[in-house]
Amino acid sequence: MRTTQRKDEPTLLMEPKAAVTTSAWQHHHILDLDDFTPEEIELVFHIADAMKEVLSRPIKKVPTLRGKTIITLFYEPSTRTRLSFELAAKNLSADVLNLSASTSSVTKGESLVDTLGTLEALGADIVVMRHPQSGAPYIATKYLKVSIVNAGDGWHAHPTQALLDLYTIGKHKGSLKGLKAVIIGDIRHSRVARSNIWGLTTMGAKVTLCCPFTLLPTGLDKQHYHFPQVSIEPDIELALDGADVIMALRLQLERQQGGLLPSIREYIQLYQLTESRLSKAKPEALVLHPGPVNEGVEISPAVAYCPQSVINEQVANGVAVRMALLYLLVGSKE
Amino acid sequence: MSKKIIMTPEDIRQTLARIAHEIIERNKTIEHLILVGMRTRGLPLAKRLAAYIEDFEKLKIPVGALDISLYRDDLTSLNLQPVVKRTDIPVNIDDKAIVLVDDVLYTGRSTRAAMDALIDLGRPQSIQLAVLVDRGHRELPIRANYVGKNIPSSRHEEIQVQLEETDGIDEVAIISMPAAKERQ
Repeated sequence: MRTTQRKDEPTLLMEPKAAVTTSAWQHHHILDLDDFTPEEIELVFHIADAMKEVLSRPIKKVPTLRGKTIITLFYEPSTRTRLSFELAAKNLSADVLNLSASTSSVTKGESLVDTLGTLEALGADIVVMRHPQSGAPYIATKYLKVSIVNAGDGWHAHPTQALLDLYTIGKHKGSLKGLKAVIIGDIRHSRVARSNIWGLTTMGAKVTLCCPFTLLPTGLDKQHYHFPQVSIEPDIELALDGADVIMALRLQLERQQGGLLPSIREYIQLYQLTESRLSKAKPEALVLHPGPVNEGVEISPAVAYCPQSVINEQVANGVAVRMALLYLLVGSKE
Repeated sequence: MSKKIIMTPEDIRQTLARIAHEIIERNKTIEHLILVGMRTRGLPLAKRLAAYIEDFEKLKIPVGALDISLYRDDLTSLNLQPVVKRTDIPVNIDDKAIVLVDDVLYTGRSTRAAMDALIDLGRPQSIQLAVLVDRGHRELPIRANYVGKNIPSSRHEEIQVQLEETDGIDEVAIISMPAAKERQ
């Protein structure tokens, strides 16, 4: 990280050009990017820049959220999202409690609403939740006053992942406006893809979805003309032609029982991001992957570790972006 | 609302030149000196002071920028949260003499936050404070080492510092606003 840190540093001591204010921020919850304005996203990036400086210090801790309690509630496994939120909260001096459904009263049959009510009664200020059911965090906001951050709900949305993806792209490309972003893979089951489509198009990028039609979200193949910035190209070489940003998605092997693919081997043949396919994109194109990577399935190891790959940078930026979001949420009013 | 100009561009120039001399006088060896400007307007002031010191002593003094948003004691009670900006201090501050630079010294709470922020970055040998205007009304036991101008003020008045770099004009004015909302 240290080596990549320098190049994104703004000219030393420079003031931001436009006056950015937190009055742009309208959210008490973060559920998806469909209701984010470009100004809000810019504001998050701006504060994430300051948080990156905190992360570069020998002592990566500031007292900002002292006395605040942040609870992570995960009904699905996670490595980076949960750790990233926990680190972000701890760097800001919040108290963090982690609850996994598998080791909680959920196994005794406690409902989501009851569990959330308990967390609120315990004094949580922010609940970061992941749930296998699309829409679960929206239900949570109906019953609770605390801020809810969606850390992934079913196939629906993963807004903080999309924000860190956008931030990582912005750090390399300056602006997202006019970029050609190609999302390859299991879009049907991907909350990351959905949130990224909202975020990328909000910031003025064009999105090309590349996958077999069976892995497109239901209906999108027919309705995409309602969404002029989004196009569909099932041929990977055509899709990658002239791309600035490539997002490879994890093939969700656990969700492939429904006969959506003839075989994994065929999928690899047709859709794996390989070096020769990557060469169709612009030479300076970025390769992103939300992780965890199925190496040799959706992406070849050579590409995953090539100089254009920013997969580990995404993880590092995730902490800064989540620190910015927690900071903004604590000041938000319901 | 009435506005009275307290310092003209010439006043500000002379004052900063005088403070630069005082900093040199007080710090026998200025090799270990760092000027740290508190965002937003402390930063251009720190750069100007460094330019004067370089001019007088032929020695370049490092200038850093400090943002105190993450150290404020009033975050949840503010109507609008401050936008956190980057803290950028180009050198290690261990064993250095730091001169914190700000435009207005008022309650002292910003200075408290700035000292906490600095101490999180290392262990400076000393921290001194230079301000363009001291308007009184301290709420904490804090005093500036270098003061441009003492302006006794009422809490209902606003001290408005404008600088060429941030506002296009060099000017310090006192603005009386009857029943105005308290700032800071």
